[in-house]
Amino acid sequence: MNMRLMLCVILYALPLALFAAGGNLHSYRADVDVSDTKSLQQGARTFVNYCMGCHSAKFMRYNRMGADLGLSDEILKANFMFGTDKTSDLMTIAMSDEDAKQMFGGVAPPDLSVTARYRGADWLTTYFMTFYLDPARPMGVNNLAFKDVGMPHALMELQGAQRAVYKTATDTNGKAVNVIDHLELVAPGTQNQKEYEQTVRDLVNFMVYLGEPVRLKRQQIGIYVITFLFFLLGVVYLMKREYWKDIH
Amino acid sequence: MNSVTKLLGGLLDWIDARYPLTKTWNYHLARYYAPKNFNTWYYTGSLALLIMAIMLLTGIWLSMVYIPTAAEAFASVEFIMRDVEWGWLLRYIHAVGGSAFFIIIYLHMYRGMLYGSYKKPRELVWIVGMLTYFTMMGIGITGYMLPWGQMSYWALQVVISMFGAIPVFGEDLALWLRGDYVVSGVTLTRFYALHACALPLLLLGLVFVHLIALHEVGSNNPDGIEIKANKDANGIPLDGIPFHPYYSVKDLVGFVVFLIIFSAVIFFAPDMYGYFLEGINFAPANPLSTPEHIVPNWYFTAYYAILRAIPDKFIGVCAMGLASVIFIFLPWLDRSPVKSIRYRGWKYRTALIAFTISFVSLSWLGTQLATPVFVWMARFFTLIYFGFFFLMPFYTSTDNDKPVPDRIP
Repeated sequence: MNMRLMLCVILYALPLALFAAGGNLHSYRADVDVSDTKSLQQGARTFVNYCMGCHSAKFMRYNRMGADLGLSDEILKANFMFGTDKTSDLMTIAMSDEDAKQMFGGVAPPDLSVTARYRGADWLTTYFMTFYLDPARPMGVNNLAFKDVGMPHALMELQGAQRAVYKTATDTNGKAVNVIDHLELVAPGTQNQKEYEQTVRDLVNFMVYLGEPVRLKRQQIGIYVITFLFFLLGVVYLMKREYWKDIH
Repeated sequence: MNSVTKLLGGLLDWIDARYPLTKTWNYHLARYYAPKNFNTWYYTGSLALLIMAIMLLTGIWLSMVYIPTAAEAFASVEFIMRDVEWGWLLRYIHAVGGSAFFIIIYLHMYRGMLYGSYKKPRELVWIVGMLTYFTMMGIGITGYMLPWGQMSYWALQVVISMFGAIPVFGEDLALWLRGDYVVSGVTLTRFYALHACALPLLLLGLVFVHLIALHEVGSNNPDGIEIKANKDANGIPLDGIPFHPYYSVKDLVGFVVFLIIFSAVIFFAPDMYGYFLEGINFAPANPLSTPEHIVPNWYFTAYYAILRAIPDKFIGVCAMGLASVIFIFLPWLDRSPVKSIRYRGWKYRTALIAFTISFVSLSWLGTQLATPVFVWMARFFTLIYFGFFFLMPFYTSTDNDKPVPDRIP
């Protein structure tokens, strides 16, 4: 046995550790592309109109968003900023944590600056797609991704109202239980299914951007850095070969 | 040109009369004779130095902006990521560098186990190296706390509570470490002092001693043959070549290859799919909400799996501690007359493969939820892990080692 075999053992075991994720019946896949500026602009609109009533993005500045998304100060002020007219301001909201806690049953709506990095784009997409009516909840809705969520379905006017359709299944103890089979639309919103999926896609895309504004730039810089390093590798390798000529 | 050379030569003489500059250069580089047969594994030493330099520099710059208080820590990291010029790059280099440091050090230690580099006369090189590794673990734990996310908070809560499992004075010790009854801003500030000042100083000192000890006894090599046993008339090892320029130019190639891989991660997958930067750590620390699934960084998960495999908490903590400390005793556990795996018999080879599989498997198990099946698997691999060390005196002394040549082939 030699070193190569050792390396093989290590390299064989690594992917096992890296790819061991499970699936979910009601999960959606996100289609993230932070170079799609149009999509980010649409997502930003949805975000400031529907999310920023209650949620802040307090680590983000309006003018940074404007610069990255190709929005001029005038457009920012007219369409994206409602609480301030200083474009260098952070994207905060007027609601205080104390008031919010009272309104939402003890939990203030969290800041959304880095939520996409915490939850992931797929989770967010699933979350926005799977609100359903549930009279038992204080806000009248529940969610498949976030059980007993404290938030109302802010996008309901767009998506419409869904209800859960149940089926009977057996649990691990062999008992019959009611589980949600799928969701069905009972009252349509202003958007059809396809339009709403696009809205969610844009919103999630924007939240991924919001979580890491430098994402697009870092990939572009990365290409230059790695290209340079490959060039440097050629130089140092030739130098090494030249020096090592006389070693046998 | 000539006058410039003369001037510089004069300056060097002036310094050499007051400080052993040329002497040091020659002793550690230009006339440090290293075996000519170093292979890929031997890049790990110089790479570890490179990463250490990268971590020190990025760390200094990050500390200019980072604020170590419970109220400001999380926000200051996001400030670095968004508003500080190139702050995102410094932060990613530092965060990815932490994982890279451990990958390189694990390979460096494994190299020692492949080629018997811990054996006489290099026992002190090995022991000081292990102390360096423990210091790195301390830097890793304290550094992981600084972003003050959910996992920063709760992983540390778990780490400190382990000290609480020690009988009699454990609880007092945990309280003393935390400086509070729960992990709090007080803990954050003191751990920042350890992370950014005390432990890096210790690390630098230990690395210095590690290198001095190494250069005293000379480097081992993939054949495990002592090159100092065969010298020419001038006292230069026949199978040795000066470190500079031969290995300095060779290590430069290693540096660039490493930097290419390192850059690929930093620029294209800085969170490494949750293994280098966990998603949950992007939620601010919340002492009132315990995450369902608390995991340490990937580089501690093997030890964590051992901890969870043992039902009794105190014994588990002891086993975990022993699992990391036991490497120190390798020079005396290993009774084989042969250093390198190339001349070892089947027993050590089999044992090392079993150990490798169990270390990697434990590392993976430590990242998973402790289901009964996984706990039993962890117990099985824990047995193999300790068996590798405890049975070593027996299987290495009776192994069918091959004869070792006098000279490097």
